[in-house]
Amino acid sequence: MPTADAVPGTGADAGTGADAGTGAGTGTEAGLVAAEDVLLFVNAAITATGQREFRSEAHQQQLSLDFLHEYVRVNYRRVYAASLALDINDHNAALIVRGLLENASEASAEERRTEGRLIAARLATLPPQRVYRLFGALRRAKVNNRRTRAIMRDWLAARPDLAHDAVKYRAGLKTAARHIHLRRPGGEGTPDEVGAFLFRPGRLPRYRHGLLDAWRRAHYEQGAVHELPFTVAEGFAARHGMEREAFLGRMVPRMTRLERLRTQGQRSTGAVPRLPPDVDLTVMPLTRLALYVLSLGFDVRAAHRAELTGALRAAARRAAGPDAGSWGRVAAVLDDSYSSSGSGQKRRRPLAVALACHFLLEALAAPGAYRPLWTSGGTDPLLVRPWGPTPLGLCVLDALEPGPGGVPDRLIIVSDGWDNAPPGLAGEVLRVWRARLDPGRRTAALHMNPVYDADGFDVRRLAPSVPTAGIRDAEDLPALVEIAQFAEGRTGPAELYRYLDRRVARFVDGGTRRDHDEEAVAR
Amino acid sequence: MNRLELTGLSVRPAQVWGGVRLVPLVREEPVEGLRLHREVYEGFGAGLVEAGPRTHYTSYIPHGFVADWSGGGAQSAAYGTQLDDGGPPRTVRLPRHRHHRMAKRQPGDRLRFLPLHLALEGYLSLHFGGPSVAWEEWSRQALREGLSPRAEDAFLGWSVRGLGDALRVFEIHPGQCGVMVYVSDALAGAFVVPHPADYRLLHATLMEDLYGELVHQYAMYGAPVAEFAARIRGGAHLRTLGDLRAAAVAQERAWAEAHDSLFARELLDSSYGFERVYRMGSFTLWRFLPSFVRDGSGQHIGETITDHRGRVAYLKTFRLSDAQIRRGHLLHTLSDAQWSLSSAAVALGTSEQELARRVRAAGFAALLKGHV
Repeated sequence: MPTADAVPGTGADAGTGADAGTGAGTGTEAGLVAAEDVLLFVNAAITATGQREFRSEAHQQQLSLDFLHEYVRVNYRRVYAASLALDINDHNAALIVRGLLENASEASAEERRTEGRLIAARLATLPPQRVYRLFGALRRAKVNNRRTRAIMRDWLAARPDLAHDAVKYRAGLKTAARHIHLRRPGGEGTPDEVGAFLFRPGRLPRYRHGLLDAWRRAHYEQGAVHELPFTVAEGFAARHGMEREAFLGRMVPRMTRLERLRTQGQRSTGAVPRLPPDVDLTVMPLTRLALYVLSLGFDVRAAHRAELTGALRAAARRAAGPDAGSWGRVAAVLDDSYSSSGSGQKRRRPLAVALACHFLLEALAAPGAYRPLWTSGGTDPLLVRPWGPTPLGLCVLDALEPGPGGVPDRLIIVSDGWDNAPPGLAGEVLRVWRARLDPGRRTAALHMNPVYDADGFDVRRLAPSVPTAGIRDAEDLPALVEIAQFAEGRTGPAELYRYLDRRVARFVDGGTRRDHDEEAVAR
Repeated sequence: MNRLELTGLSVRPAQVWGGVRLVPLVREEPVEGLRLHREVYEGFGAGLVEAGPRTHYTSYIPHGFVADWSGGGAQSAAYGTQLDDGGPPRTVRLPRHRHHRMAKRQPGDRLRFLPLHLALEGYLSLHFGGPSVAWEEWSRQALREGLSPRAEDAFLGWSVRGLGDALRVFEIHPGQCGVMVYVSDALAGAFVVPHPADYRLLHATLMEDLYGELVHQYAMYGAPVAEFAARIRGGAHLRTLGDLRAAAVAQERAWAEAHDSLFARELLDSSYGFERVYRMGSFTLWRFLPSFVRDGSGQHIGETITDHRGRVAYLKTFRLSDAQIRRGHLLHTLSDAQWSLSSAAVALGTSEQELARRVRAAGFAALLKGHV
């Protein structure tokens, strides 16, 4: 473990805000260790959500993640903040924001300024329910310094419609407003209806804002229920004893896309399985869409094969963007063993990532030069199911076989890193192949792992010679390939920090807004 | 027949979780004409079996197996789908608390038996009748009632630490028809069924099975076992992908050979005393007892169904603890010596006093008269 001396970016090295530590230690052994720690943390922050995984319980995940956060926050505070700019998942983003705000005294004034900008940029991309939950956690932790209040106030001020938040996230908004002593959440206009709605309910005879008034009327008038956001209306519908099916039918225009998909099974009647007519599948993000496809039964998938494949291809093309068709010959080993079923909390996530990667790689590869290999031996990606062992070693061998155009330019393995038929064969095959058969690195090999290993504080690796990167959304694959090359050890820590700087600069200035399809769709 | 024949079953690489190693057994082709179903009983496994006239057997019985050799089971394996003729599910229909006999023929070509209990009963009733000759050392009770009652302890799968997790994360192979369970690399039990679909359904019942006390202790105090990871050596002569593939396949083969000779040896190389319990068509249900040789190796009791060629279609074993082997050995020696203390002592190379002490220490004090 490196000591604090090796921490990059401390002391006199006060560069620009985006300078995530090109300071002491780079190039030295300590610098290499630091770079490894950083990659480890990035992998964890992308994959871990503190939920149950196939092989570890939720509490193990949380303990492991808590330790990792504390370790990186104390030792590499700048990198810790800078990782907000990477494609880490929302759970870890909220944890980082909380960690930074709770331990503000450990940072210098300069660092705090950078962190403030990073936090604001990240909060803007987080789904609102997560931000409200984060604010609640800050209140429970009694974090109430001036900077925290300013960050919360700015975020609330940037919300498009606080009245909507007041109805949908009532407790969250109330807690946040109370925590930062915000007297008039609705702004300076008169009268402050949101403030009255939150803090003095029942005082105003009626509200001028339609949503607030609908909420008031929904207590005794069934017609007003349909004007509310879906989650709020559900509660009122239950209270009024409204019939579920009719209620859902009328709520469709007020639902978000995911809510429509979620309630599809309850809305559609009849035995013939069909896809929701009111959701445009082609505009859904790739991994989400893959999860949805896997949630369907085999008969539905088979019946709507063309439609689903088309939607997946469209999403993949969108995710590939300008890189489409530029990867040359690609061979992929995709894990659909039983363990890719994930857990009750992350149902079929690893398999969905593999399925999404399949279509994304198909789009990235040169036309006709893509070769997928599922570990189960299946050939129909639309009908995959998590079943059977993981004979990864022989699959890797098959993937390395020269195809029609020669050896593949890239080998991508999507697997949780457990290889059991026989164990460790994939690592051995990759090692010998790299050392003996392809020392010149004609084929770039990369292992993408969607599962965080709580015991190892990282995603599980197959072989030291093949870089492993955590992955949560298949869409991030091209960006992760960039990070993974640092793990290979051929580029030094200096490049890694420069890369982080670039990402931070781009994030704070432009804001790489990801497609969080909650919310905005409905309104 | 005095040995177990696992022909037709091939070994696949083990999957390790903590201290538990599970070795899948795969069949190329399922056994024709026999299917197993599970029958669930009410009452959380508290079971009473009428073993004979005025003889009862009380034990934990979570479920029974129904062997179906009618041939109609070829198209379906699912528990509850057979011979139901539209009635309510079998779980509800057969809440039977008292089982009549260990193995009982049911309507149609079906046989219900209680997994592992046949084997245990066979062990418990070992030389059950007691002395046939009235040597003066034997107590009046021993002459009148023999060894009754005898009890043995076993542990439920739930209480074997780590077994539940290991079974949960285990990835079932296509065509898998059985598994060998190792705890701290000691063979805890073998389980084989005729058809892969049966195995899929019965996989979880391993949790409810009985395990010997040794297994429980090993699981409790043993450390995680090492995984036998593949190693490809001598990389220098590997020049093509074909070489590499050959080396990888050799790894798989090496594992299978190592398993049979290293791990399963004690199960496969021992000789057993087989006793036929029931005959159904070309299949025979047996229970078997080991030879109770005290050479320190593990010994297993169990039950098996074999077809007419002696191939194992069904197998379930239970590992005896050292104390249980000792008891079996003692009873065997006494029986072989016609229950004469003096000749048994000669056979064991010890004195009569010492033998009497051993008989008492083994828990058979009621057999002996007070003055011995």
